[in-house]
Amino acid sequence: MAVIRTEHLSHVYSEGTPFVKMAIQDVNLSIEEGELVGVIGHTGSGKSTLIQHLNGLLKPTSGKIYIDGEDMWADKSKLRDIRFKVGLVFQYPEYQLFEETVYRDIAFGPRNMGLSEEEIDRRVRQAAAFVNVTEEMMHKSPFELSGGQKRRVAIAGVLAMNPKVLILDEPTAGLDPKGRDRILGQIQEYQQDQQNTVLIVSHSMEDVAKFAKKVLVMNQSKVFMYDDTEKVFAHAQEIEQMGLAVPQVTRVFARLAEMGYPVDPHTYTIQAAKRQILDLFDAQEQKQKKGGM
Amino acid sequence: MLRDITIGQYFPGHSFIHKMDPRMKIIASVMYIVILFVSSHPLSLLLGVLMVTGMYMISRISARMVIKSLKPVVPIIIFTAVLNLFFMTGPSEPLISFGFIHIYPEGVRMAILMAVRIMCLIAGTSLLTYTTSPIELTDAIEVLMGPLKRLKVPVHEIAMMMTIALRFIPTLIEETDKIMNAQKARGADMETGSFTQRAKALIPILIPLFVSAFRRADELALAMECRCYRGSVGRTRLKQLEYTKRDAIALVVMLACLAAVILVNIYL
Repeated sequence: MAVIRTEHLSHVYSEGTPFVKMAIQDVNLSIEEGELVGVIGHTGSGKSTLIQHLNGLLKPTSGKIYIDGEDMWADKSKLRDIRFKVGLVFQYPEYQLFEETVYRDIAFGPRNMGLSEEEIDRRVRQAAAFVNVTEEMMHKSPFELSGGQKRRVAIAGVLAMNPKVLILDEPTAGLDPKGRDRILGQIQEYQQDQQNTVLIVSHSMEDVAKFAKKVLVMNQSKVFMYDDTEKVFAHAQEIEQMGLAVPQVTRVFARLAEMGYPVDPHTYTIQAAKRQILDLFDAQEQKQKKGGM
Repeated sequence: MLRDITIGQYFPGHSFIHKMDPRMKIIASVMYIVILFVSSHPLSLLLGVLMVTGMYMISRISARMVIKSLKPVVPIIIFTAVLNLFFMTGPSEPLISFGFIHIYPEGVRMAILMAVRIMCLIAGTSLLTYTTSPIELTDAIEVLMGPLKRLKVPVHEIAMMMTIALRFIPTLIEETDKIMNAQKARGADMETGSFTQRAKALIPILIPLFVSAFRRADELALAMECRCYRGSVGRTRLKQLEYTKRDAIALVVMLACLAAVILVNIYL
């Protein structure tokens, strides 16, 4: 069954003022349980607005959202439970840290859920372990940590609520490549371990190609496509026209295919690229051997 | 919810009022306030109402914005109206007497006049910020306060502080919105509970907000120094303020209205 389903979801900002803006239009989505989805789109394409709808922070102007088959806005008093079910990590989440110690900050979410102290402790430690927050860091003030460490603490704060669906808005923005790979790796591990649904918003196709099974492409406040990663990257040209960069490997392979080499122009991961090139070399070697004999 | 705050909100446009010199707009606003307080006759207050309606029509700001700007002062309006209603006494017989409460016709008249006056005051002065960008506004204030420089008042610094404060209102509102959402996503509950509970619920918002405000101030100071900002000495302007025919027309209209109000006071 679909964990998240939207029907004709639309949102308009500042209706009735000169600043009126259509943020998302007629979004119909169905995201299955246990999926790892990459959400990509240009700045202002509506991706942030869309994800804020998914845990009830924004109320749709029109349309419906179903979480686990239940209409989210049918009963307002249940909204808070939905926020525990759908965990949302905002962009630059490190700016929302406030507690005296890292431990207490991670515990903020579980405490709001009304869990017992033991359960809170268990969850905080589990979440901290996922993002490599050490015991020593736990007793420091969050303001003493480095940027990358703060980011991981903030993500742990949401992981500790153990949400059924985890949504991360640009979790790697402003990090160096090492920090980026680290966080993405940890999220992937978390997803495999918990078998939860994870949505990652990004505008780096490279990142999305690396981890996501499915990709949701937003363009000009509409869903451009939502499909398996390979199928989405088969439309590399259209995606590039939207101003989004396809992974560099894909561009290299598209070019190679154009030049007449027998490669798949829709290659989007380094592994697949490596395999193809090695095959190519093998084939050539074989040919040369045959020619030599 | 926080997006709805309209204080100091500017609505870009190309109307007569938008194009007026900001200095003249401030002068005209002050004159309008004077007109409202000088007028004690219903007829002159009617002129005040007509003026503010006319100005909104010229500026093409929707009537909904007027209502929005009036909303926060409704308690004050009611409060003053009620006070006037009960405490004004007059030579004529009271309309209603109930125990120690006496309501005189003068009280009713004064209550209505005060309510209308305050509404006009808020609507009229809001128009200034609706039609003038914050930057224009502080530029104008700096020029108008110019004479105070002789008294060693740091006019430029005050204006710069105001510009920065105004500039950061929307930024900080946006930031607050973001932080509130982030904490709500972690299950923070700000809408229910007792007063102390709600006050406590603000901590997760205020601390990150302060931290980020200080960080921004630091960054801004650095950025200004990088661009060699060193106060008003020798600083020139890209946009020079200039009075035009428009401003003369506005001044004449305001003076005529003021004269009319004074005449009404004298002869009626």
